[in-house]
Formats: sequence, structure tokens, C-alpha cells
Amino acid sequence: MKLELSNLSCGYGPRSVVRDVSVSVEQGEVLCLLGPNGSGKTTLFKTILGLLKPLRGSIFLDGQDITVWSRRKIAKAMGYIPQAHNAPFPYAVLDVVLMGRTSHLGAFASPSRADVGVALDAIATLGISHLRDRAYTEISGGERQLVLIARALAQQPQILVMDEPTSNLDFGNQLLVLSHVQQMARRGLTIVMASHFPDHAFLYASKVLLVNRGVAAGIGPPMEVVTEESIRDLYGVDVKLLSAFVDGSEVRVCVPLRCHKTDTARSVPHAMIPIPEPDQVTVR
Amino acid sequence: MEMSAIRTGIRRVPANPSWMSKEVVLLALPLIAFLISFPLGRYPIGIDQLIAVLAAKVLPLQHTWPATVDTVVFNIRLPRILAAMLVGASLATAGAAFQGMFKNPLVSPDVLGASAGSAFGAALAIYFSRSMVGIQISSFVFGLVAVLLGYAVSSRIRHDPMLALVLAGILIGTLFTSGTSLIKYLADPYDKLPAITFWLMGSLASINTRDVTIAVVPILVGIVPLLLVRWRLNVLALGEEEAQALGLDTKRLKLLVVVCATLMTAASVAISGVIGWVGLVIPHLARAFVGPNYKILLPASMLLGSAYLLLVDDLARIMGPVEVPLGVLTSVIGAPFFLYLLQHARRGWL
Repeated sequence: MKLELSNLSCGYGPRSVVRDVSVSVEQGEVLCLLGPNGSGKTTLFKTILGLLKPLRGSIFLDGQDITVWSRRKIAKAMGYIPQAHNAPFPYAVLDVVLMGRTSHLGAFASPSRADVGVALDAIATLGISHLRDRAYTEISGGERQLVLIARALAQQPQILVMDEPTSNLDFGNQLLVLSHVQQMARRGLTIVMASHFPDHAFLYASKVLLVNRGVAAGIGPPMEVVTEESIRDLYGVDVKLLSAFVDGSEVRVCVPLRCHKTDTARSVPHAMIPIPEPDQVTVR
Repeated sequence: MEMSAIRTGIRRVPANPSWMSKEVVLLALPLIAFLISFPLGRYPIGIDQLIAVLAAKVLPLQHTWPATVDTVVFNIRLPRILAAMLVGASLATAGAAFQGMFKNPLVSPDVLGASAGSAFGAALAIYFSRSMVGIQISSFVFGLVAVLLGYAVSSRIRHDPMLALVLAGILIGTLFTSGTSLIKYLADPYDKLPAITFWLMGSLASINTRDVTIAVVPILVGIVPLLLVRWRLNVLALGEEEAQALGLDTKRLKLLVVVCATLMTAASVAISGVIGWVGLVIPHLARAFVGPNYKILLPASMLLGSAYLLLVDDLARIMGPVEVPLGVLTSVIGAPFFLYLLQHARRGWL
């Protein structure tokens, strides 16, 4: 399914947070949104998911305007993967994944045997069958994120929207989650995700949308859009983009040099990890 | 792995004997409580007599027992037993539903001010010397009015609708509680004030068949839709935005839960007075017993609630020479029991 945003402005009440964004994502593509905190990524996602009414502009799925669709119809086409969180009650993993079936069930129905089958398939796809009967509240953050992805798969959507699916995850789990994202794209799902790391865009995205203070600062393939200049404009960080050749293919990596945001600009000679922005370090 | 088997009960229902046995326990508890409640009380009735009295309703048996036994069984004990079960089931079901909706395990049915409104309505009717039916109707209506007011106020607040609803409920509840205090202050201290005070303590001592038939309608109207949508309460408990993204019309479901829970709570308070702790403790007990999935949790809360309040009411009847107010007893038993649950239950159910 092709997702198309056309001159989309969104925000809360009269206040527009995101202005005039136009972008299209083809089936099987991974669109990665890069932008600092507060740039409007989450607002844009909420609008795409139909949780917020757009202030102006339209959202099209295969040419159909979805801003007039019911919640149920949107949910059948589009799955949402939030950041791993804690549930108020200790639901079993299978029960959490089964909740992905909501849009396929009648108002008075509960999941049938067939729905359980779909949920178990989704759980198996993510390789977490061993967690099936565990309480969602008692598994690790990385496992929870995989459960939420399985839940979105059980929804059987054609589009997946992921709001920073790797935040709060350790290095290994970040790559695990992102490789699942890539596999889902290969199977024909259209994916829209937000990330904090330019490296993720290079590794997994087929298209990048840079969002800066609510406007699109660049759209296109990662190699073209994610540049040393654009990252400095976006995050206020000087970076060096390096090319490494792994198994014959080129991989770009982003190495931070100095941060303009801090008062005393530090230089980091051997930066192995990206320097978080000061406001990114705050505990959520 | 008993607990996990229960949590995923949907898949294992037919094959798993441990789930079946829990189901049997849940059904048997209210039934046993129902049967043992008949002989209890100041007018002793033997089991054999009870069976004969009940059998005589359908079989042409000779009346070998005094007519008083018939009166006690059918006009005094039966309505009281049914009322206790109805009220217990209502409060526990409403509490469980609210706990899911507000994503908060510490919520009880009076969170939106239904009990405070009902108490005010009853106090007002007693102050104006209305009949018993008048008191019940006034109590019921004011319970609905309180929640309606809270809902109207909260819908004017734009952000965080759940928090707005809770805050509005607390505000409206406080207003009605102040109103009740004012009525008590103004009431005749020899006649009306004790009547109001006793009513507020909660009791089923003066229940008759008419009260039960009046209350059963709104209680059923509330409980049946909640049971029908019970699986969706799981989704609602994930939070507004996530539930919406999963395709749930949260606004409609929330309204349904509020209306149903309020009908049940107001109808219960109208016939029994304010009975605390049932709606908070029983859903926790049920959750510790069958897990958090509302598919099983809601009926479990209903059944446990009916058995619990009936047994506590039995205690209220037989404990002393004078009846102990039921509302006092549910708190005295409920609070330590809750503490026990908190300390001893398996991790993760709270």
C-alpha cells in the first residue's frame, strides 16, 4: 500500500506543530523520520494514525483519503508500534498480541481460535514463542518491544508506524528490532518510523524525511539527504560521515565531532558513540 | 504454571483441568453461600425444613412446619440474600470495569461520585420525610446526576480526558458529600439524623421483595452490556491512544462503561446504603485468582462479589445480639484483607 501525505499540517487546536509536509512511501519502503526532540515527529505520527485531525492537507492510502475513515478501518490498514512501555495489569504476552485483533472483531466478540492462530503466527515470526505465557510486565524492555511488534503484525496491516522503536533498548536489541523491521518491509509492508540515530537511517531506511521545527527539511534517499550539513542544521552537532565497506557494500556511519549546543563546545577526538543532545539525556 | 494457563485461558479452555476447576469454584461459591445463608439468623431453620419449604413450592407436600418458616424463608431471608448478591455483584463488577478503564488498580466504583450523589439523594429524601420508595428513587437519581455532572464538567477539559474525569468525579463527589453533611446538620437530631446516619452506614436489614425487584432492573441493564464488551476492556486498559490505534472507539466504550457502572452503583446504593471496599477488594481477589484478562476477570469479579457480600451480610446478621451495619463490616474485613492480598499475592497481579 502506498502512503501519501499531501501538504499536511497538524497540531493541537489552533496551534500547528507540523506545517506543510508532503511525502509518499511506496509499498515495501522504509521511511525514516529524523529530527530533534520536539520537532513534531510524534504529532505527525498521531495525525497519520488518525488520533489527531489534520489541520490542513490530506493523508492518502492508495489514493483514498483516510482522514474520513473510521478508527476500525484505519486500524485494519495501519498498525502502530509505540515505545515499549509497561501495562497496568500483568497480561500474558499472548493476550497482549491478541489485542492486535481488536479491529477484526465485532463489538461483543472476543478472539476466536482463528485469531489465536494469527497471534501465535505473529509471535513465532518475531521468534518469541517461548514468551507466550509470560506476563508482559515481567519481561525485558527489548522483549516487550518485540511483543508490541507482534501485536502490530497480528493486526495484519499494510502499513506500520513506529515511534522510535529502538529508544530504551540496548545495542543488541536495537539491531534485533531493526532487522525485524527490515524483514517486514521485504515482505511488502510499508514502514514509517522515527529514529534518533542517523546510522539507523543509513542501515535500514529507503527514504528519509528530515523534520526540523515542524517543517520538512529534506526528503530523499538517506545517502543524499543525510549529510554532514543537514545533521548539523538538525541537531546542532558537527559530524563526520565515514564510509566503511562490509562484504563489498558501502555502509555509512556517522561520527560526532562537537556539539554546538553546549556552552563550552567540547571536541571529542575518539567518539565511539553519538553524543546525546543535552535534552535527550533527560530521564523519561 | 497454573497462573499462565489461566491468563491464556482462551487457548486452553477445553483441555486444561486447572482452569475448569477454577471455573467450578467460581460458580460454586455463590451457590453454596446462597444455600447456607437460609438457615442462618435469629429464627433458626433446619436444613431439612429448608429443603421441605423449597420443595413445597413445586411439589404438593403437606405443610408439617409452622407458617412462620414460610414467611421467614420467602419474605425475609430470600429478598435479603438476593439483595446482598445483587449489590455485591454490582459493586465488584463496576469496580473491576473502572479499574481497567482508568488503568488504575486502586479505583473503586465511587470514583466518579456515584456513591456520594446517591448518599446525598437518600439524605435529602429522609430529611423531607419521603417514603422508602421515595428515598430509593431520590438516591438512585442523584447518583446518576452526580456522575452526569462530572462527565459534563470533564468533557469541557481538553487534555487528558481520563484524568479530567477522575478530577471532576472527585470534585462533584466532594460537593455532594458536603451537601450530605449540611443536611445532617439541619436534620432533627432525635429522628431524622439517626435515620440518615444509619442509612449512610449501609445495611440490608430492612430489605423486602419490592426493593429487590426495583433494583434488579437497572443492575441488569448495567451488568449485561459490560459482560458483552468485557474483552474490549483489556484494550481500553492499554490507554486511550494505543486503544484507538488498535481500532477501538474509546469514547463510545468509555461512555458505555461509565453509564453501566453508574447504573449498577446507584441502584445498589439506593437499596443498601453506602457499602465500601467491595468494589476495590473483590476485583483484586479475582485478579489474583484468575489473572488480569477481563474475558474471565469480569465474570469472576461478579461471582466472587456476590458470594463475598452475602457471606459478610450473614456475619452482620448473626454476629451479635444487634445487627452490625454491613458497611462497617465490609470495611473492617475489607481493609485488612486487602493488606493481606498485597503482601501475599504473587508478584505482578497488582
